[in-house]
Amino acid sequence: MEYHLKTPLKKEDIEKLNAGDIVYLSGEILTARDEAHARILEMGEKKEELPFSLEGAVIYHCGPLMQKTENGSWKVVSAGPTTSGRMSKMTPPLLKAHQIRAIIGKGGMKDVVDALKNRSVYLAYTGGCAALAAELIKEVKAVHWLDLGMPEAVWVLRVEEFGPLIVGIDTKGKDIFAEVREKAQKQLEKQR
Amino acid sequence: MSTKINRESFIRSIADLLRKAEIELPDDVVNALRKAEAAEKNQVAKSQLQAILKNLEIAKKYRVPMCQDTGIMIFFAEIGSEFQSSFDLEAAIREAVVLATAEIPLRPNAVDPLTRKNSGNNLGVGIPDIHWKIVPGNRLKITAAPKGAGSENMSVLRMFNPTETGSIKNFVLETVVNAGGMPCPPLTIGVGIGGSFDAAARLAKEALLEPLDVPMEGLEREIFEAVNALGIGCMGLGGSTTALAVRVKTAHCHTASLPVAVNIQCWANRHASVVFGGDE
Repeated sequence: MEYHLKTPLKKEDIEKLNAGDIVYLSGEILTARDEAHARILEMGEKKEELPFSLEGAVIYHCGPLMQKTENGSWKVVSAGPTTSGRMSKMTPPLLKAHQIRAIIGKGGMKDVVDALKNRSVYLAYTGGCAALAAELIKEVKAVHWLDLGMPEAVWVLRVEEFGPLIVGIDTKGKDIFAEVREKAQKQLEKQR
Repeated sequence: MSTKINRESFIRSIADLLRKAEIELPDDVVNALRKAEAAEKNQVAKSQLQAILKNLEIAKKYRVPMCQDTGIMIFFAEIGSEFQSSFDLEAAIREAVVLATAEIPLRPNAVDPLTRKNSGNNLGVGIPDIHWKIVPGNRLKITAAPKGAGSENMSVLRMFNPTETGSIKNFVLETVVNAGGMPCPPLTIGVGIGGSFDAAARLAKEALLEPLDVPMEGLEREIFEAVNALGIGCMGLGGSTTALAVRVKTAHCHTASLPVAVNIQCWANRHASVVFGGDE
C-alpha cells in the first residue's frame, strides 16, 4: 500500500501502516541525531522545557549540509539519512517521554520494537539519496541548538511528498530489517 | 620524450575531477543500477532503486554531491617513468582538495583519530591518501575515489591459515550479513587475497575501481551469486540485488600466510579519472 500523510501525525494515521508499505510525508519534520537525542533526554531529566514540540512529531536521523544565504536564511545543500543504529539505545526513553509518531532513518534499529509498539513507526529512507531529499525539503522553518554544530542541531524542515519512505517497523511489532537479517543468517548457514 | 604541466591548471583539473566524482557516477555503475532496478521483483527494493536513480538525476541536474557523506579523499596515481613536472605534485593535490572542499562544497570529514578534531578542509596527516604507482610511459593518470564511512566501516581484514582458501567465500558472506542494510546496498564488494597484511587491503580497495560491465568469473561469480542469494537487498529491506558486482584481486603471499580483505562499497561507487601528458 502507498500512503500520503500530513504532519503532525495522529495515532490513527500510523496504526493503519504495515511493514513494507510506502509512505510520502508532507508537513514538518525535525532532524535529530546523537547529540540532540542526548540533550532532549538530559533536559527531560531536569524537567526543562524543550524549545520545540515533539507531540505528533516526526524525527529524521539526519545531519544536513546547510548553506546560509545572503538574506540570512538557510538553504539545504544535501540532507540524506544517517545510520539509525547509533540512536537505538536513546530511542526507547525518548519515545516514552514524548508522543513522537514516526522516526525516519536508514539501516534499521535494534531493540526498539517494543518501544514503538502502539505508538510510533520506523520509516526507512534510501541511504545516500541526499540530493533527492534536499529537493523535497521546501523550507527551513527554524533551527535549534546550533551550538551542537550544523549536523547535530535540530532543524525544523517543511517537506512535501518526502519519500519514498518504507515502513520498516510498524506499530504491531513487525520489523522488516530483523526478518531480512534472520533469513540471510539462515541462508548463510545453508551455504556453509 | 617528456611532458610538462602547469601547476595552476593541474590544481584546477584535480578540483574538477573531485567535482565530477562527487556528482556523477561512472556509466558502468549507473548501468548496473538501472539493470538492477529493471530486474527487481520486490516492490520495496524497486522503490529504493528508483529513488537512487532519481537522486542521481537531481545531483547531475543541480550539480550537487549525490550523497551528504562526500567521503574521505583517496587518489590512485599512475605516473609514467618519463613523466616530468616542475612542481610538487602531492602538494598540488592537497591544494586541490582544499579548493574543492570550499567550492563544491564538500563536507569536511578529516579528523585526528584520537582527539577527533576536524581539520575543516579535508586535509590531515596521511589525508588525502595518495597511492603512487610507477608505470612505463610519459603520462600521469589520476583517479579520485572519495570513500564514505558507512560502507568503509563494514569492511574487514582477516589473516587466515594457508590451508583455509576454502573459507574465503564464507568470510565474505559473513561480512555482508553482519553489515545488513548499514552500508547502503546494492554493494560493490572488493576482495583482496594474498600479498601482505596491508597489501591485501589495498588490493581490495583497488578492486572497487574495476569496471562493473566486465563479466565476473570463477570465485567472483561464485561469491556474487551467494551474496545475492542472501536476500538482504537494497538498503537491507529485502530483494534480489544485494551486490552489483564482486571483484577479486590477488597477489602472491608468504607460504605461511593467507591475508583476505573485504572492502565494502555502497551503491555510490564514486570514482573519476584524468590523464595528463602523453603523446596527444
